[in-house]
Amino acid sequence: MAEQTKFLWEELVPGGTHWSGLIRRGTALRLTDTEGGANLSALFYNTEDKLERYNMPDTLKAQHTAFLTKGNVCYSDMGRVMCSIIEDSVGWHDTICGITDSAMIEAKYGKTAFQTHRNAMYRNGKDGLLIELAKYGLGKRDLVANVNFFSKVIPDEAGNLSFVTGHSKAGNYVDVRFDMNVLLVLSAAPHPLESKTTYQPATVKLSAWHAGLAEADDVCRNACEQNQRGFINTERYYL
Amino acid sequence: MSQLIESKLDPKNAVLSEVCKAGNPWIAEVKKGQIFRILDLEGNQAVDTLFYCAADPEERYSAVDTIARQGKLYLTTGSVLYSSEGNPMLTIVADTCGRHDTLGGACAAESNTVRYSLDKRPMHSCRDNFMHALNHCDCATHRQMSKRDITANINFFMNVPVTAEGGLSFADGISGAGKYVEMRAEMDVVVLISNCPQLNNPCNAYNPTPVQLLVWNA
Repeated sequence: MAEQTKFLWEELVPGGTHWSGLIRRGTALRLTDTEGGANLSALFYNTEDKLERYNMPDTLKAQHTAFLTKGNVCYSDMGRVMCSIIEDSVGWHDTICGITDSAMIEAKYGKTAFQTHRNAMYRNGKDGLLIELAKYGLGKRDLVANVNFFSKVIPDEAGNLSFVTGHSKAGNYVDVRFDMNVLLVLSAAPHPLESKTTYQPATVKLSAWHAGLAEADDVCRNACEQNQRGFINTERYYL
Repeated sequence: MSQLIESKLDPKNAVLSEVCKAGNPWIAEVKKGQIFRILDLEGNQAVDTLFYCAADPEERYSAVDTIARQGKLYLTTGSVLYSSEGNPMLTIVADTCGRHDTLGGACAAESNTVRYSLDKRPMHSCRDNFMHALNHCDCATHRQMSKRDITANINFFMNVPVTAEGGLSFADGISGAGKYVEMRAEMDVVVLISNCPQLNNPCNAYNPTPVQLLVWNA
């Protein structure tokens, strides 16, 4: 599949930094953890109507899961499949823990500033996502529960959460196919429950290729009957 | 399961006591220091709830901040309900149910088409209640709130267990008639409730029921 395809483009998102772009329907992105231990916070908006956006609860309850991996899709609040995880060498991506803010980063890793650290300054997930959102006229009210690619957090029976250290290894990747025209907003800042006490967020590589639309035998479409209906909703939107 | 904590407050002294009928929306302001109780009158009723900072609704309840800042999935006595700015909005001070969900979100016409079948779209839903309340309640319209402000909510009295393997289910309810959850407001908040009208889910025995809302002064 992707291995045999020439990528349309590749770009690095250095640890801590943020990125955004329009990803067309039928394009897939390979997200690669280049160093191990990456966290890539992601939000998805419909480019034609940005009020339609990724909805964490609808995604989880439709698929009866508390995390994302191959076969899972990301639902919008309008019952449509925005993107699909068509391949995954990581196995678990968090979507219930949100992002860091500046106070959390400073309390955990210390204070830095552009004046002293230049681009090595410690950036946080919230400000990164808000900077990118602002480029499209969006703001705090549009900041919703996000996906944290490469991160794993597990609960015990009482619901106490543990961050799984070393979950994603260098070279691990996840392939995300976009099923709608999506404004993709990313931050590579640390996960809020990251166990490392030094600020060392890993760089993530984005590699785009033409994957085409979900076929009848698509792994995500057929993962459950809910996803079959979700793809019908998406397909009707583009008729 | 957490320890159940009863309240010492007497409903006779409440400054507000209203019943929200099955399937209806409800919206009110609760001032800093006041105690707000949601009473499950008949049992296993999901009460889909959102909170906004009354002074600036751009600051609102954040499920992911509440989960990550406490490292806990479920809500009960002692849980702080955090805002999108990382500020405590309310603290749960009594709970005779023991566990409340903040992952399951609210039902919607659109998600019902995915979860159940494409022809379920016309059925009444929590999302529709939220939209209705935003259009009709002064305390929402004068703040120009819209769908942008409707985010992942709390489902009081709902049991949505997650396993260590990451499985998530809508399990049988653990609430019952007369169980309640009580919280102290840490700032002036707007409470927006949809008393869930879902008829497709066995967790409420396919039978939405009324709840009672009470407020006491500090």
